This record gives sequence, structure tokens and C-alpha cells, in this order.
Amino acid sequence: MVERSLVRRAFPHLVLILALFIIVFPIWVVFVGSTQRLADILDAPMSILPGDQFGVNYGRAFFEGAKNLGANAATMVKNSTIMALGISVGKIIISLLAAFAIVYFDFALKDFIFWSIFITLMLPVEVRIMPTYKVISDLGMLNSYWGLILPMTVSATAVFLFRQFFKSVPREIAEAAAIDGASAMNFFRHILVPMTRTPIASMFVIQFIYGWNQYLWPLLITTKEKYYTLLIGINRMLAVGDAQAEWQIILATTMLALIPPVIVVVVMQKQFVSGMTETEK
Amino acid sequence: MTKQYAFHNRTLPYVLVLPQMIIVIIFFFWPAFMALYQSLFIQDAFGISLIFVGLENYIKLFQNPQYLDSLVLSFQFAILVAFSALTISLFLAVQANKHIWGKTFYTTMLVWPYAVSTLVAGILWMFLFNPTVGIISYQLKKIGIDWNYLVKSGQALFLVTLASSWKQISYNFVFFLAGLQNVPVSLVEAAAIDGGGPFTRFWRVIFPLLSPTTFYLLVMNLVYAFFETFPIIHQVTSGGPNQATNILVYKVYKDGVINLDLGSSAAQSVVLMLIVIILSALQFRFVERKVEY
Repeated sequence: MVERSLVRRAFPHLVLILALFIIVFPIWVVFVGSTQRLADILDAPMSILPGDQFGVNYGRAFFEGAKNLGANAATMVKNSTIMALGISVGKIIISLLAAFAIVYFDFALKDFIFWSIFITLMLPVEVRIMPTYKVISDLGMLNSYWGLILPMTVSATAVFLFRQFFKSVPREIAEAAAIDGASAMNFFRHILVPMTRTPIASMFVIQFIYGWNQYLWPLLITTKEKYYTLLIGINRMLAVGDAQAEWQIILATTMLALIPPVIVVVVMQKQFVSGMTETEK
Repeated sequence: MTKQYAFHNRTLPYVLVLPQMIIVIIFFFWPAFMALYQSLFIQDAFGISLIFVGLENYIKLFQNPQYLDSLVLSFQFAILVAFSALTISLFLAVQANKHIWGKTFYTTMLVWPYAVSTLVAGILWMFLFNPTVGIISYQLKKIGIDWNYLVKSGQALFLVTLASSWKQISYNFVFFLAGLQNVPVSLVEAAAIDGGGPFTRFWRVIFPLLSPTTFYLLVMNLVYAFFETFPIIHQVTSGGPNQATNILVYKVYKDGVINLDLGSSAAQSVVLMLIVIILSALQFRFVERKVEY
């Protein structure tokens, strides 16, 4: 009996440790690669212990970039940050405004607007690639931050989450504010938005990651190195044709692309988990 | 329900929804409408004017064996990815939900990979399995497996499936764990008292209670595999070798952006929209039913 219960107690640990290994191992190998000389990476099998080129490789990735790229990671980190912040903050602002209108006002087109927002869930970028590209190019937004950010700032999930939250706020608060002479916008700015901190924080984590990890859209609309995001840079560095890819720089850039959103999730894990399981259902 | 207090203002609500609606119309409705419209035309040989062809683009599409292959492949790939990602994460969530030492640590370690982008997931596995520098492919060759996913179809499909499922485990894990934590302990204990072993308890009591979560995740995973795995396909295999990983969303990109075949690409977009609509409708009907309880 003792043996059986020992096995039963050890089993979950064995399974979970194996899972952690499968999750961490590929990331570890990429980290190790980012600290090696290119020659050592090419001379298979590469060691699975870190090399001594950490400073050299990350320095080069950050300030120069791979030879074929024409952009460095400093620029790309900046672009990814602008895109991620622009998308997440933009989504939060316009969704708060829309949810406020839908919950706190009666107006003729309310249902139509609600359904229009809902339908965007069924139109991800992937299904409207070419025509959306055409719109952006007609508006002169190719290779611009506006082009990277604006089309991504619609979020049915954010509108739903805020709408749900606003509905749970007692109406007496709005009524009292109105009696005290507060305008609708004053109520929104000084009472409602501060009350919404927690859902806003959850939404921020999810949308920051979403924005940081955008790939197809920047791939389509950024052709100038100046606007490359990290993920686009990685893709372009690997597109060397017959020449030798500079793996050490590519892997260092991959680590730079991986770390910021991971930090956001780890630091804000609670908000992240509650945001995910509450909104997406 | 009594009438809720509402602010009175005729123009303000429209001003408030205006930013959202401008973006929805310009970047969502207009392009979707254009895709529908363009799918009924072809460009003339010089690419100058459009010729109305009715449903010809669609007919050609469904007569094209390459497209049909891609359609079948997309479904196989989606089911494969959804099935592996769901079973693995459910299994892990069940283990992490037990009263074990280090539970918080395990949970955090399984949750954070959510932040890893799909492209990075592709790069990680691509580097391990790279035919020249990969350390796993080196070991595979040592034991006599002729590993080169750039040439062998089956290996390419295996690699993109592996990377895509790996990426989705954290997402599923978060939902399964939340679902498991909502299963009333009393029910599980009652089943244990009635003599149900761990397997009976899981399949007869816990799993049925998890079915809303599982169904939600199934749809989300199918959507993910159909559409959001684009970065992996684009980076790791470019749809090859020999169309082996040319799923619909990659094909629509290649035919439109690379080959500039606008009519066909538009028709493909419309077919993809239909797939999303069907999946969303499934989801929506299910949510409706749940609400009615």
C-alpha cells in the first residue's frame, strides 16, 4: 500500500516536471545559441551549456542587427513597444467609450452598433488580408505607426468585458452624480473609469501581449527597416537565401522578442488569468 | 426589471461610439465587402480593368485539386493540433489541480508560455529541428533517421503540428485549471464514497462538468489552428515541401500577396470567412444554450 501511495504521490510531479522540461528546453537551447559563436552553432551538435559570447551577440543584435537586415534590435524593440502600447491603450480607450455609450444611453442605433462590434469577431485579419492592405495603402498608411496600430484597435472582447462590468455597477451612482450636477462625461471620467481599474488592468495584459505578438499585419505593411518590429526583423534575418543565416544574432533577437511579454504575464499573472477566463467566455 | 437610469443626450452616445465605428467600417466592413465584391471579378491580362465573371472564381477554386488538398489538409491539421493541445493540457491541468507541493510554481511555469508569440514558437522548434544546426535533428540522424523537414512532407507536417500545439498548451491549461477549480469538491467526494476509482470519478463526474470549457476550447483551438498558426507555417515551411503544409490561410496569403491573383484570393477569403462564421455560430449557439439554464 505504501508503495502504491508513493507512486500516486510522485506521479503528478513526474508528469509536471516532464511538461516543464518540454516547455523550457526549446527556450533554453535558443538562449544557449544566443551566447555562442556562429561557428560553434554551425558545428553540430551545439553545446547545451551557455557560451561566452553573451555580451558580444546581444550587443551586436541591439546596436547593429544582422548583416542582411539594415535594422538593429534597438529600433525594433522601440517599434514593437509602440505597436503593443498603441494597440492595447487604443483598444482600451475606444472600447471604454463605446461600452459607456451602449450601457448608459438609450439611442436609436444602439443594437445595430452592438451587433456591428460583435461581427468583427468573425473577421480576423487573416480572412481579409488583401482588401485591408488596399485600404491602408489608399490611406497612405503603409510604413507608419498609424497603419500598424489603428486597424488593430477594434476589440469586441474589450467592449463586452467593459459592458458587462458597467452593467454590474449600481445605477444609483450615476443617478446621484447627475443629481449633484455632474455631466455624463464627468461621471465617466471621475467615477466610472476609476472603478473599472481591475478589468482595465486585465485587458491591458492580454492586449499588450496581443499587440507585441502581431505578425501577419506588420509583415504586410512594413517594408521599410525603420518600421520593422522584432518579429518581422527575425523573419527577415532568416531570409538569407543561400547565404549563411547569422544564427547567434537571430537567436539573441528572438530572446529579446520573447522576454517583455513574458515579464508582463509573470508580474500580472492574477489579472491575466481572471481577464482571460472572464472575457473570452 | 425596472427601467434603468440612463443619461439623456441625443448626440453624445454617437460621439462616444464614433471612433469604434469608424475603425469597424473602414478596416472591417469595407474590406470584407471588397473581398465579396472582388471575388466576382477577374483582372484582364494587363491588370488594368476588372471583368465580371459571377461565381467563376469559386467554381475554379473548388475544381482546383490543389485548393481541395489545402482544404482537406487544413481540417486535418486543425483537428490534429486541437486534439493534441487539448488532451495534453487537460492532463496537465488535472495533475496541477491535485493537492501537491509546489502547485503555484507548476502553475506559473505552465501559464507564462502564453506570452510566447506564435512566430517565436516556430523559431524555437525550427532551431531544434533544423537539418544542419538542430541538436534534435543531430540526434535523430545519429540513430539513423534521415531527418530533413525541408524535403520530407511528413516531417514538415509533424514539425508545424508540434510547434503549433506546444504554443497552445498554456492557453488551454489556464481554462482547464479554472474549470477544474470550479468543480464542487463535494461531488467528487460523493463519487469516491460510492466507490468510484480515480478514473471513474474523472470520466463520470469531472469531465462532464468540464464540458462547457472543453467545448469552448475546442472551438478556440480550431480557430487558432486554422488562422493563427500562419506565422509558424510562413516561417518554418512556407507551405512546403510539395504543398505538405500549405493550409488555407497560408494559401490565401501566397495567392494574394505573392502571386497577386486578386479574384481567386478574394474568393478564398470569402470561404475562410464562412469557416469563421460557422465556428462562431457553433460557439454562439452553445453560449445561448448555457445562458438558458
